[in-house]
Amino acid sequence: MLLKTINTVALPTLLFGVLIAVWSTVSIEIPGFPTPMETWNELLVVLSDPLYDNGAGDQGIALQLMSSLKRVFGGFALAIAVGIPVGLLIGMSKMAQTAINPYIQILKPVSPLAWLPLALFVFKDVDMTAIFVIFITSIWPIIINTALGVRSVSEDYLNVAKVLQLSAFEKVFQIILPVAVPFIFTGMRLSLGIAWLVIVAAEMLTGGLGIGFWIWDEYNNLNYSHIIIGIILIGVVGYILDTIMGLIADYFDYRKRGRV
Amino acid sequence: MSAKPFLKIDHVDKVFPLGKGKEYVALRDVKLEIRENEIVSIIGHSGCGKSTILNLIAGLDTISNGVILLEDREINAPGPERAVVFQNHSLLPWLTVYQNIEMAVKKVRDDLNPKEVKEHVMKYIELVNLDHAKDKYPGEISGGMKQRVGIARALSIEPKVLLMDEPFGALDSLTRANLQDHLMRIQMQTGNTVIIITHDVDEAVLLSDRVIMMTNGPEATIGEILEVNLPRPRERLTLQHNEEYLRCRGAIVEFLYSKFAKHDD
Repeated sequence: MLLKTINTVALPTLLFGVLIAVWSTVSIEIPGFPTPMETWNELLVVLSDPLYDNGAGDQGIALQLMSSLKRVFGGFALAIAVGIPVGLLIGMSKMAQTAINPYIQILKPVSPLAWLPLALFVFKDVDMTAIFVIFITSIWPIIINTALGVRSVSEDYLNVAKVLQLSAFEKVFQIILPVAVPFIFTGMRLSLGIAWLVIVAAEMLTGGLGIGFWIWDEYNNLNYSHIIIGIILIGVVGYILDTIMGLIADYFDYRKRGRV
Repeated sequence: MSAKPFLKIDHVDKVFPLGKGKEYVALRDVKLEIRENEIVSIIGHSGCGKSTILNLIAGLDTISNGVILLEDREINAPGPERAVVFQNHSLLPWLTVYQNIEMAVKKVRDDLNPKEVKEHVMKYIELVNLDHAKDKYPGEISGGMKQRVGIARALSIEPKVLLMDEPFGALDSLTRANLQDHLMRIQMQTGNTVIIITHDVDEAVLLSDRVIMMTNGPEATIGEILEVNLPRPRERLTLQHNEEYLRCRGAIVEFLYSKFAKHDD
């Protein structure tokens, strides 16, 4: 019991103390680096009016985060809409796998930012560009995990489908998808994580709106405490997104409902 | 044997290609005729191709030479008139007991209205005494119960032949005895034709009208066929000292461990 208290409360608190100490040392060594206390006070200021709107380029932190999230979910939704069918196709057809796999392997390691200039040129629109960049980088885990899920359908279940003479359509919806859904959600969770990583970098380059733009803007304003606040908020939002995705994934995972 | 067999396996070979022009002859010239309402078990050492025969009858695997006829119609694909009870039950884990059976019934009996589907499913759940577990998921019930659901699912589509691939092999011996009794009782009620793959001598004698003994592979074929002349219903306790039971048991043991003994390589 005592040991458990030490593990869950004392150790994290101790670590927090160490972090603050390191941070304080850094802020003493580097002139102008915000101290923990300054940052805390600034955080309260930033959070006290998160929804103010003084026109383009000067909006509250919640509005900045919201516009980033909008783009992330736009690209993410597109990645799901395209990625799941493509993954099903690759998983079920050897021919499709042979045809498509080389392109996946080559496009997957491309940095999202490499797509950005091309997308800006094509769309000539910041929102569309950000959504496209999110789409093209977050689609790969969805395709790969969906295909993996399809391939993990056991031969026994497929034999059941054969004996019952299920049509291809019935086979997909009654046998393959139930098995593949947990894998698909794993892919979606990875995908959303990547999307949230990418949006910050993309917005720094495109400018205008969003949490990435906000951080870069505060750098140009020499407002360094806001950069740290941005980092913390990005982390918190990313954590919340991942937790929500995890809960949704568990809800759709038949293995997590007291079965098997 | 009656003039017109129900299921006829006629000079069947099964050859598996191994690549590079090589091949493995699993079955060679298998001939067997099975009567309607008969319980037949196929016994042999592992690797004798007994599961292969079952897969050929089920249509899950293709015949290399020869033909299998069910009521004079050639078998070349899987179909619901030949239901399979798989060794590992292969219930769909995201469906309840009821839903697993319902799924099969809905697909095969599209002539039934929703009320009739429900009655039909419940009839087979009751047949295996699982009414109390109908809303449980496969992960929540024991191995023996799962196998009973597998049997109920197979029977619910009212197949002409029930194919069972070592159906009780993965169960402990008490559960296995219980399920064997279940199976005999159900078969007496439904009159199904049943083919059971097994490696258990007592199971073969207890359940079967005839025991088909397979020689060892490669090129395995039917070695002997044993008629089990025991009246039904059979009672495992009284059979222990029954002369016919002991004769059959002895004949199979003799076949498996003397004539076709398998030595580990």
